[in-house]
Amino acid sequence: MTLKNLDQRSLQQLKAALFLLALIPCLRLVGGALTDGLGTNPIEKITRTTGYWTLTFLMITLSVTPLRRLTGWLWLVRLRRMLGLFAFFYGSLHFLTYLVLDQFFDWASIIKDIAKRPYITIGFPAFLLMIPLALTSTDKMIKKLGGKYWRRLHRLVYATAIGGVVHYWWLVKKDLTNPVTFALILALLLSIRLYYAAQGINRSKLIQHS
Amino acid sequence: MRQTYRYDARAKSIAVAKSDHNYKKEYPTMRKRSDTRIPSSEITPRDLYNRRHFMQLAAGVSLAGLLPKQVFAGDALEADKASAYTLPDEKTPFKDVTHYNNFYEFSTSKEEPAELAHTLKTRPWTITVEGEVHKPKVFDIEDLLKLAAMEERVYRLRCVEAWSMVIPWIGYPLSELIKQVEPTGNAKFVEFTTLHDPMQMPGQRSSVLEWPYVEGLRMDEAMHPLTLLTFGLYGQVLPNQNGAPIRIVVPWKYGFKSPKSIVKIRFVEQQPVSAWMKAGPDEYGFYSNVNPDIDHARWSQAKERRIGDFFKRQTLPFNGYAEQVAGLYSGMDLKKYF
Ligand code: HEM
Repeated sequence: MTLKNLDQRSLQQLKAALFLLALIPCLRLVGGALTDGLGTNPIEKITRTTGYWTLTFLMITLSVTPLRRLTGWLWLVRLRRMLGLFAFFYGSLHFLTYLVLDQFFDWASIIKDIAKRPYITIGFPAFLLMIPLALTSTDKMIKKLGGKYWRRLHRLVYATAIGGVVHYWWLVKKDLTNPVTFALILALLLSIRLYYAAQGINRSKLIQHS
Repeated sequence: MRQTYRYDARAKSIAVAKSDHNYKKEYPTMRKRSDTRIPSSEITPRDLYNRRHFMQLAAGVSLAGLLPKQVFAGDALEADKASAYTLPDEKTPFKDVTHYNNFYEFSTSKEEPAELAHTLKTRPWTITVEGEVHKPKVFDIEDLLKLAAMEERVYRLRCVEAWSMVIPWIGYPLSELIKQVEPTGNAKFVEFTTLHDPMQMPGQRSSVLEWPYVEGLRMDEAMHPLTLLTFGLYGQVLPNQNGAPIRIVVPWKYGFKSPKSIVKIRFVEQQPVSAWMKAGPDEYGFYSNVNPDIDHARWSQAKERRIGDFFKRQTLPFNGYAEQVAGLYSGMDLKKYF
């Protein structure tokens, strides 16, 4: 067995390990909450941590395809669904933190936030777009939709990722270090895709001409 | 539930009842640095002579640096007189006040200034007071500590990020210092400048704000009895991360209007341009009075979360000090002069 051709058992083990790793940020928040360890402003801490990991898991999910192309490790794609669902998991926690802990169901204030704070105006749809993706992540739904439509639908993840980065960019007061880092990573991931897409077009042209 | 600030006889009597020796009970964490030093009675004239002589040789080291009178972060700093400016609100715990600081000179994280601020050297420290004054002067921090009677004042602090604290500060009205230098008729505004030294303040190595940090007040705001020249909190000398050794506290404005670690006070005719005004002219105005009706682009200002609370509370106009300060702005369009 090589890294290129991982056997089924190793893949399962890798998946289990990744699953546990991906839970760490959440477990640390729970641990912090139980031990009074979330600092002076716990709600801000939870909001920021969950938001950060939503975006981070989106980036990790989006790096699967480019990595697979670059390394030729085809099995990478079999981790993608779990990673994407973790992005949704943290995104849901992030939204629930805002809804329950930060605003405590103050709908008037929430609607005002969505309308008036640009970073929430963009963050809200970015989150909503993740819902259909999570709902159609099962094997059954993929079959039902058919590969072509499923893939088309799941291109929405680019909108969520871009929305997430813009959200981050607009919410920081002054220090843009983190948003800029995420923007660069996203730009890199998207340009690798564009590169391969362009190559694909060239190749299909070559085939047509030959 | 409404906690309006009241400056009346009753408040005064409550405050007066809190006599000086109660401070020890209230703040058991106080410790005196001088305890660890040699009592002055044990220093012989010869020792003194030798020290002086040594000092003359070691140019650049000031004698003041060895005298036991100096106070540093953590040392006790007691109020000389009781103050009428207090609040019924529960005080924010010392640990939160000193470990959740917006002090970009050290870091844009609110937790890091407490870890990083030990590099700030608060002695020797001088403040240059200049500009439109008859008697410009460079004040030594030791002289400022003795300039007027210290009071403890419990103030609300409202950050523009929609959180708030209640802090027992120690200091005296800024007006006491202003009177000393006799401003001229041209002095319309006061400009404060924070220390600029990236060696001591590592946050200044990045250009998140234009350094040094500059803030300003209109003359009547600076002279207002609520505006406090502040040296301590919770019965102690200011911890470095809270703006040691000397800062301003303006309780009816958002926190960034209360500059820390000040080295220069300049009296000017034109309205100063503050660091935050330069950073975001549409977001941070010169006045920046706490106002629940004027939202910031990033934060609704209608409510605030008091540190330690779960539910947000309504934000009060002028942070609850409307009775004292609203008059300063009568006739002004507060939406325009935000
Ligand atoms: C319903 C939608 C959303 C709401 C209401 C929301 C709200 C917030 C709030 C209130 C903050 C904290 C701002 C502060 O502390 O000043 C925040 C931070 C953040 N959010 Fe969201 N958000 C939403 C969706 C998203 C989505 C979809 C993503 C990612 C794709 C995201 C990523 C982030 C990140 C990265 C941060 C900053 C974390 C940090 O400070 O390190 N948010 N969000």
